[in-house]
Amino acid sequence: MHPDVVVVGAGIIGAACAQALRARGLDVVVIDRSGAASGTSAAGEGNVLVSDKEPGPELELAKASRELWPELAQDAEWEEKGGLVVATTEEACEPLEAFAAKQRAAGIDACELTADEALAHEPHLNPEITAAVHYLQDAQLNPVKATRALLRGIRIIDAEVSTTDGRSVTTTNGVISCGAVVNATGPWARQFGVNVLPRRGVVLVTTPIPGTIRHKVYDADYVGAVASGDADLQTSGVVESTQAGTVLIGSSRQRKGFDGTIESKVLKALARKAIALFPMLAGVPVMRAYGGFRPYAPDHLPIIGEDPRTPGLWHATGHEGAGVGLAPATGRLLADLLTGSTPLVDPHPFRVDRQEVMV
Amino acid sequence: MRIVVVGAGPAGMAAARTAADAGAEVTMVDSEPEAGGQFLRGRAKFEHRGVTHLKNTEAWMVEGHTLHLRGPRQLHFDALIIATGAYDRPLPFPGWDGPGVITAGAAQALAKQGVTLADRVIVAGTGPFLLPVATALQNLGATLVGVYEANSPLAWARETKAVLANRHKIAELASYRKALSHLETRTAVIAKHGDRVTVAKLDRHWRPVSHRTEHADLVCIGYGFLPRTDLVPNAKRTNDFLDVDELQRTSVENVYAAGEVTGIGGADLAEAEGIIAGAAAAHQEPPLIAVEAVRRGRLFAQALARAHAVQPGWQTWLNPDTTVCRCEKVSLADLTDAASMRELKLTSRVAMGRCQGRICARNAADLTGIPFDGQRRVIAVPIPLGELADLPEETS
Repeated sequence: MHPDVVVVGAGIIGAACAQALRARGLDVVVIDRSGAASGTSAAGEGNVLVSDKEPGPELELAKASRELWPELAQDAEWEEKGGLVVATTEEACEPLEAFAAKQRAAGIDACELTADEALAHEPHLNPEITAAVHYLQDAQLNPVKATRALLRGIRIIDAEVSTTDGRSVTTTNGVISCGAVVNATGPWARQFGVNVLPRRGVVLVTTPIPGTIRHKVYDADYVGAVASGDADLQTSGVVESTQAGTVLIGSSRQRKGFDGTIESKVLKALARKAIALFPMLAGVPVMRAYGGFRPYAPDHLPIIGEDPRTPGLWHATGHEGAGVGLAPATGRLLADLLTGSTPLVDPHPFRVDRQEVMV
Repeated sequence: MRIVVVGAGPAGMAAARTAADAGAEVTMVDSEPEAGGQFLRGRAKFEHRGVTHLKNTEAWMVEGHTLHLRGPRQLHFDALIIATGAYDRPLPFPGWDGPGVITAGAAQALAKQGVTLADRVIVAGTGPFLLPVATALQNLGATLVGVYEANSPLAWARETKAVLANRHKIAELASYRKALSHLETRTAVIAKHGDRVTVAKLDRHWRPVSHRTEHADLVCIGYGFLPRTDLVPNAKRTNDFLDVDELQRTSVENVYAAGEVTGIGGADLAEAEGIIAGAAAAHQEPPLIAVEAVRRGRLFAQALARAHAVQPGWQTWLNPDTTVCRCEKVSLADLTDAASMRELKLTSRVAMGRCQGRICARNAADLTGIPFDGQRRVIAVPIPLGELADLPEETS
């Protein structure tokens, strides 16, 4: 076996890279130690968001992805549900509206709503909210189904990769030589030379209450929590339902390595913030909680490109909590760069040669 | 020394008494209104000096040295003893999700409360537990159509050591004489449509070799037991039962386990394990008589596991449209090819519903050939968000 490209990691990013490379006619194999979407990809909510990104390179990548997803996610419970970002204090109104205005200038559908209009969209929302912005492009999908759809027809090898020199990978099942290697191992990417750290997140799942919550609804302070680099626990109210009727409640961010323990203080903080958005949730039972690790790059930008130190080794990681949303454009951009085509978006901001990325 | 015991069945009660007698301050938490567990439901009058019995109380998470209870309320402990028992494993067949099919354990619980369930009943599954269930239903006046044991009793012929060490267990069988006359082995219910029940003779792999129709209003099924291990999702296990050492210690520090959560061997084994766990948790030498009872009991438990193991032929009882997961209405045909339980769940929704896979996850794993991962649930019982919001700031 001598594939053109070996993609290490069968999460949503690895799957999107493999799909895009295969679409160029390259022979691609994917290697994963525990199967498709078994790590970060299955531990989130499957969000495809533009609402939480300020104008800049990440938003451009998100917009490009948002255009690609509907066709790719046909069998993956694709739902254009829209996002509703709400301010819960007087002080939060102005920053929310200013943020939305900047996004509108960058081509995002962001409609300011009055509290009454917001309540018409989400009847169970806390009537005390002070402002709201409706993002029509925010969408959701089932990340496991989407990963499987992207990987359709692509060979997946069940093995763990220990090292790579860009022209071969050493796995638990032997060495595979190849033309190029893509490191799409998400929060585990540091092993292959880029400074990506795990950032813990926890999601609560309620018993089904179909039709009660219609959009992805989150507190405007979420954007600040995402942008923060603080290692301590940060939480923000993020509430949405799935097609099964369950409600997913996030979000938390914590940097404590790969410690997977779920702490009651995180459950408490998430519950409080969800109830602040939807008071009726106080009586709704949580039936499970799950956690995962986001691949966090210290400068908050994905890493997409060839490693200048190791020709043939490419990275596609560091998407933090936005991997599902950014996957198709990441795959396309990586394939453009690897095959020498015109890049989909400006690749420079995502280059590997960044001060905080090279380790 | 604060010791918390979860579960008030034979193991939990014995652990609580022993630890209290050794001088520990003991709290025994149980979700039922009275002590006794499934075995002695409501018939155990528990009162013991040094033991606080918290009734009607559900525990939902262990965090360091804190046990979280519904309420919310927290108990801090130096040692924790898990004695949460086990529940019946049902196997799916066409019609099992319709009316008139319940687990043998549920039937027994209702029978102990004196509830008459049906006129004509069938008890089907594997293991000696079927007999007391059938007897209890007979005693309430039901007509026992049959007791169907899917395995062959000949398997016990290979277990002389276990049988000789546990002769009292054989004597117990005599008390089920009335039900025993209805016992058919290598037999199972493989379909139910209304009151028409398809009863099949099985080969040793449980593949049907012939069948007939019986009429019954109620079919009670129990194909062995699955342990209730939710409070210690990270503890080491074998076949999903918690691993314990000679002092009943689990792989989690300061956490002990006793009773059916470590293996199925009957109430006397559970009680003996409880005594050892209670003594060890209170830093006392366990009594030799309990150590000897555990040795004997484990011989029996291992023989039981071998003689009444679930055989793969049950998978041929299902049609493509037979329900596997009742909560999420997932049928056999809906189960996707997947490499892990997580992938299977997220693509088919099996085991994602209200019961959190307690009923279906093991069966779904067997049906797809995916390794069963032991269902590590972080939250043991559903708990309202309002209660989580009221948790104290710091717990330790």
